[in-house]
Amino acid sequence: MKENSALERLYNGIAKENPTFVLMLGMCPTLAVTTSAINGLGMGLTTAVVLTLSNLIISLLRKVIPDKVRIPAFIVIIASFVTIVQLLLEGYLPDLNEALGVYIPLIVVNCIILGRAEAYAYTHGPVSSLFDGIGMGLGFTVALTCIGMVRELLGSGKLFGFSVMPDSFTPILIFVLAPGAFFVLAMLTAIQNFVKIRGEKQGKDMSKIGSGCSHDCLHCMDGSCADNQNEALFESAKEEEETEVKPETVRSREALKKQKKETPEKKQKRREEERQETEESMEFIDLDEEDE
Amino acid sequence: MGEVKDLLVILISSSLVSNVVLSQFLGLCPFLGVSKKINTAAGMGGAIIFVITLSSAIAGVIYQYVLTPFHMEYLQTIVFILVIAALVQFVEMFLKKFVKPLYQALGVYLPLITTNCAVLGVALTNVQKEYGILAGTVNGFATALGFMIAIVILAGIREKMVYNDIPESFKGMPNVLLTAGLMAIAFCGFSGLL
Repeated sequence: MKENSALERLYNGIAKENPTFVLMLGMCPTLAVTTSAINGLGMGLTTAVVLTLSNLIISLLRKVIPDKVRIPAFIVIIASFVTIVQLLLEGYLPDLNEALGVYIPLIVVNCIILGRAEAYAYTHGPVSSLFDGIGMGLGFTVALTCIGMVRELLGSGKLFGFSVMPDSFTPILIFVLAPGAFFVLAMLTAIQNFVKIRGEKQGKDMSKIGSGCSHDCLHCMDGSCADNQNEALFESAKEEEETEVKPETVRSREALKKQKKETPEKKQKRREEERQETEESMEFIDLDEEDE
Repeated sequence: MGEVKDLLVILISSSLVSNVVLSQFLGLCPFLGVSKKINTAAGMGGAIIFVITLSSAIAGVIYQYVLTPFHMEYLQTIVFILVIAALVQFVEMFLKKFVKPLYQALGVYLPLITTNCAVLGVALTNVQKEYGILAGTVNGFATALGFMIAIVILAGIREKMVYNDIPESFKGMPNVLLTAGLMAIAFCGFSGLL
């Protein structure tokens, strides 16, 4: 398939880079609204509409929006469409609006939308951006509906509101409650990890598969795990402090020398302790500085 | 007296009964991402308490004195998100310049919460439940307190789990999510409180 053609974009969004199953974006609404298949479908379609329209408009305006203020500009565009969609839902589908509640306006901070704006629409033409939005939106809808179906089936023995399980089946109520959402997502990420590890052993490129965690809805499109990012952030913050605090750096250098002599097994444990110690002592030093 | 009682009910129900992460799934990103160590988790919790309490107060004022008189309630989503984003930036600059110790404690976390869904979620919930400014602020504080309780507990559990032998596929996120699910079951027990 030709790259960036309409069909390729649709296939990419629904299967190859499915936002939920592959990229693992936008987990908050995924967990919250998938108590039943119909809610998942409603939320997915609502998000798809907002995603398609915002992708189109952002792509059209990409030469007008200055690079420095692009994120606020994206947010304003997205928030406008969310408001429009919310008012339409209130008017025409009040039941769905009631069921999804506060999660409809919260589409604004759904990282799929901002992520696609940043990663695709801002750098590509309007037609392919439109189809990218439709593809991604449908991919999200399919994923939410699937998760909703699993939870509804296990939690209440129904599918789209119709009883499908035999009478002898006792519903596992916990799956429609909050804990069930965590368990379903845990299984999903475990399966993904499994596929990823197996693929890597076979030498395939698995870098696209996300890990389902990000510290901040804005930056989740980076695709890297939040833990790494945070670590880097804290490291840089620490380095700044260390340049001010001389004895600290000397001490950690000594500790490094000590570590080299140790066996690898002990090393890990030692490092953990060392880190905690340095953090504690750093706090004391901070306090001392404040006194001065 | 009745008013104080109402506020207490809001405090308990928002922080424990309908916990923001464990039953409403808001602010899940930092909850999963910044819960490796108790220290950082507590710092994140502190920053969230600070930002949510402040932002729900300001959003309440704006809703009551700007949006309602001009009949522009439908603009709440746009206005709230812009106000919150600007507020967090402003708070960061203010703390950096004038309150150094607080900046050193919370500074690293502030940029991470600019677009946190919990912050926007609280502002919108306050409007939906028709809380006044005071009740809204209390609700914001209680929600953030619930977040802090949850993230500190999760960080404590994760610290203990570091050396556990976990199946390869379950390492990392799946493991944390299962822990969060078990915590959510425990928090379901609070629903008998009210």
